[in-house]
Amino acid sequence: MTLSLLILIPLLGGLLAWYSQGFNPNLPRRISLFTLLGSLAYLGILTLTSPLARSSQWLFDESHVWIDRFNITAHFSMDGLSLVLILLTLLMGLVALSSAWCEIDKHQGFFYFNFLWTLAGIIGVFLAMDLLLFFVFWEVMLVPMYFLIAIWGHENRRYAALKFFLFTQAGGLLMLLSTLALVVFHYQETGLLSFNYHVLILAPISSPMAIWICLGFIIAFLVKLPAFPFHPWLPDAHTQAPTPASIILAAILLKTGGYGIIRFVLPLFPDAVQFWSPLMMSLAVLSIIYGALMAFSQHDLKRIVAYSSVSHMGFVLLGCFSLNMIALQGAVMQMLAHGLSSAALFMLVGLIQQRFHSRDLHQFAGLWRYLPQLSAMGLFFAIASLGMPGLGNFIGEFLVLVGALEQHASFAVLASLGLILGAVYSLRMIQKSFFGPFRTQGSDLESPASTADTRIPLTSTSEQASAKVAEHAKPPALPSPYPDLSLKEKLTLMSIAAGLILLGIHPQPLLDMLEQPLAQVLAYAITGSAL
Amino acid sequence: MNSLFMNDLLMNDLLMNNLLMAIPLLPLCSAAILILFQPNERWTRILGVSSVSLAALLALLLNVQVWDEELFIIQASLGEWLSIGTSELASQHAGSLKLSFGLYLDPLSLVMITIICCIGALIHVYSASYMIQDADQCRFFAYLNLFVSSMLILVLADNLVLLYLGWEGVGLCSYLLIGFWYQKTDNNRAANKAFIITRIGDTAMLIGIILLFYQFDTVNIQQIQQQSQVFLQANTAGENQLIALSCLLLFAGAAGKSAQMPLHSWLPDAMAGPTPVSALIHAATMVTAGIYLIARNDALYQLAPQVLMFIAIIGVLTLLLGATSALFQTDLKRILAYSTISQLGYMFLALGVGAASTAIFHLMTHAFFKALLFLSAGALIYCMNHEQDIMKMGGLRKKLPLLALSFAIGCAALASLPMTSGFFSKELILQQVAMAEQPLLWWGALLGALFTALYSGKLFFIIFMGKPGHAPSHKTPAVMGAVLIVLMILALFGGIQPQGILHQFGELTLDSSSGLTLLEHGLPILVPLIGVILAWFLFGQTRGDKPVNRVGLGRFIHSGWGFDTLFSSVFITPFKKLTYLNRHDIIDASFRALETVSYRLHLMFNRLQTGQLRRYSASLILFSILAIAWGVIR
Repeated sequence: MTLSLLILIPLLGGLLAWYSQGFNPNLPRRISLFTLLGSLAYLGILTLTSPLARSSQWLFDESHVWIDRFNITAHFSMDGLSLVLILLTLLMGLVALSSAWCEIDKHQGFFYFNFLWTLAGIIGVFLAMDLLLFFVFWEVMLVPMYFLIAIWGHENRRYAALKFFLFTQAGGLLMLLSTLALVVFHYQETGLLSFNYHVLILAPISSPMAIWICLGFIIAFLVKLPAFPFHPWLPDAHTQAPTPASIILAAILLKTGGYGIIRFVLPLFPDAVQFWSPLMMSLAVLSIIYGALMAFSQHDLKRIVAYSSVSHMGFVLLGCFSLNMIALQGAVMQMLAHGLSSAALFMLVGLIQQRFHSRDLHQFAGLWRYLPQLSAMGLFFAIASLGMPGLGNFIGEFLVLVGALEQHASFAVLASLGLILGAVYSLRMIQKSFFGPFRTQGSDLESPASTADTRIPLTSTSEQASAKVAEHAKPPALPSPYPDLSLKEKLTLMSIAAGLILLGIHPQPLLDMLEQPLAQVLAYAITGSAL
Repeated sequence: MNSLFMNDLLMNDLLMNNLLMAIPLLPLCSAAILILFQPNERWTRILGVSSVSLAALLALLLNVQVWDEELFIIQASLGEWLSIGTSELASQHAGSLKLSFGLYLDPLSLVMITIICCIGALIHVYSASYMIQDADQCRFFAYLNLFVSSMLILVLADNLVLLYLGWEGVGLCSYLLIGFWYQKTDNNRAANKAFIITRIGDTAMLIGIILLFYQFDTVNIQQIQQQSQVFLQANTAGENQLIALSCLLLFAGAAGKSAQMPLHSWLPDAMAGPTPVSALIHAATMVTAGIYLIARNDALYQLAPQVLMFIAIIGVLTLLLGATSALFQTDLKRILAYSTISQLGYMFLALGVGAASTAIFHLMTHAFFKALLFLSAGALIYCMNHEQDIMKMGGLRKKLPLLALSFAIGCAALASLPMTSGFFSKELILQQVAMAEQPLLWWGALLGALFTALYSGKLFFIIFMGKPGHAPSHKTPAVMGAVLIVLMILALFGGIQPQGILHQFGELTLDSSSGLTLLEHGLPILVPLIGVILAWFLFGQTRGDKPVNRVGLGRFIHSGWGFDTLFSSVFITPFKKLTYLNRHDIIDASFRALETVSYRLHLMFNRLQTGQLRRYSASLILFSILAIAWGVIR
């Protein structure tokens, strides 16, 4: 019961949260908080009390009989890679909860039920070591997320939710077919019917069909990642989802794609991976550049962040298919760092939307004037996501570039264009939203009435602002019409920032934890056998 | 020098190690405190200024400690950064990468940190007075401290990736400080321009660093230098194109940061920032990072003589561009900005002909006189109620005697009139170029010197001589005056004792100028004098207020040789158009087309479902007949 408890806690917590709504609408969110904290504590106890056996890749292993007829088991295992990603899931779950706390005010019970079930599905994905079980969890995280978007989303939510569902479902279907084909071929070659990862990995199938089976898996994961050209669901889903769902989507859900590639594709299909590697690396480069170009042309803040995710996840794909240690470490670091920075950026966009009822860069500008703390945070995370050394994202991108340059220099050079374009769209976003003269539009209904008179002189002076306006001009001391960050928001954002700094200057503990699993994966991917 | 020799030089003094670590950490801590706790204005000033001043004191202390040493190395480590593939487990599948926060102090970095800390401290003191009315001092000093700290990390880094960290850090601070007055959109544009253009160079540099890593299996700067020397002695370098390529890529980074052609156009716009920032970042320290990078990798660049030649050519072109453009500007700060570009060109020229120590010498004297000029300009702008157009000034020598003196000294040093600091260093550069037997480069540099003297003279004469223009509205504040006096002394006498510096590099090249002709000796001394005299006749008596019409060549030169227009039409406009055209994502459109097609199909087949029994039976019969017929025919 050691590992399944990790999944059961949020599942049960979700049910309890739903049930508790009848008593008090404030109960569900508290139950969710306790559930997440409980899971974290449990994870902490697990990792601290267990003797971290350095000799073996796997820290925990747990297996139950499920469908005996086809030798399908409920098999969970955890290694450093899963552990790191589950930790990210729980922490970003807390961030999402923090942003859901006040934003969600209808059907709280059902919301937190879906919220926790999505997280449970994600944790299950990171733990499942049986391919069919993996598929089940893949769906478990999908359906509640569909509801999150379709019920609590913004103006165009039905369309976005359906799009999200169809894309992922198509990918999932391909994965299911590939799983069955893989098992059948494996059975034909070895006479061993098994869905078990640990069994399948030992004898990679040698049939020429392996290439296509591999492609089925890859596409399922590419959709999730998302990589060019399977990305169109992401901007819509992100834009329409409520802030907490956006956070979960960007910070964790996308990572399951990268995880799937590292965990399943690379070791299960060593030859096919070699075959697809150049194509995948070109797709990665295309994602990096295309995502950045798209991010530049958007004026919806959430779409900008969404397309920037496409660009950043391109580095993950590039790292995965560079097939060496440095690049793989970089891919995982990029997943973690992007998880933190995109969660923070989405949270900030949510906060802006709360205050201005718009995410459109045409509708507001110059937020620094009244919201210096929020803007400073936005500045920090935008700078982090453009790859400033000393912060986590740089480590990821740098390591991926180092690794990719060894494999295919031209791809690495093209991918580095992403660093330049990343600066271009991030700075545009900063400039348009935080800097310049303060301005809102059509906000008479939404903004506090007292600000109407203070705003008019401001815009007029700023338009006349020429070189003559004194460098020293002190802005008149006006009371801020919009509330800056509250303590809870500040704490959440500060801890994410601290996490990014820690990732950026002291990533070694994580790298150590990841070393053994990744070395194992590489051993299978390159030589087809264990270390 | 081989590694055995280096070990002898290594000083393992605990005190010195701690001193060395404290120097970059002090401003960093102060920046962190300022950002996190946001103390009131008084404490902000005290903290911001004292941390850098303390760092400057420590740097001077270090200087005293190693005064008698000829060559020395002090190393300190702030901990490990990351290491991958160093354990035996993973090493079979990857090269190993190991990064640390190691600091490395040798004569070169000592000169650099002394300049950075001392000029930095002076400018912090000056800023405390300059920014006293600003509401956002906390942010200002936080950025400024962060800048000093990043710059120190840049010059102290013992590996290229840590250097890159400092490199990006100073770029970030430069961006933040150019856009410090964020309410003006122009400032933000200038800031973005600066960041993006330097980022282009930086990314090339990052690729260069990674290439070097694969060439040398390490990113440690000293190890790379040692291995390069081994290569050089073995004389196998000629064929290694990859090393030349990485040198070129590193130079791209240097060119971006140090505003060399064609990546120079951000620097004049960067003057949108507060004037002390222009003095510290865009004149004295950050823009010289490129010079430092190449001087630091001197041995590596010896392996790529063709790249060095390229650097020298870029240097000459840039110095001509800067000097001519400066001549046509009327905005005080833009004149100084173009002059900075031009002086940086001189330094790259020196690097290109293999005289790294001379380049560093000029870097130092330039830091003195350009900081002096910028701070004087700041004081002047402050006194003139934020007027920056020199054409509206004139005859100010009586009203602002201190500024007149400081400008006179600064301009003289810039023009390299004899007995100023700039004279010694620029002389030396011209000498080195002459000795490298590159007549074309030498004449180019000489022409540049003429232009430099011309615009320096013009600047001084128009502002302080001639008929009076607008009257000053303020007096020079005392604190600013004090800082100016210190800098005046440095700008005058900072070049007297170059042996100290040059000696520390272990390549003494001063006395070997015997092979030069009289022409090569005399002209560099005469040309600046001629330039200044010419300036007196051209601009000495003019009353500048008349509007300036620029046509043709003048306009071309005024715009910095048209690079902005070029970039905007070749890169920016197509980029914007392209992204705008595709703003709805063509890939999404194709998926939507799928949706449309299936919807149409749905409508089409929907039409068959009429609910009329006779249609259903008709089609049933029709298809049965067809099926039977098909069976029969087969």
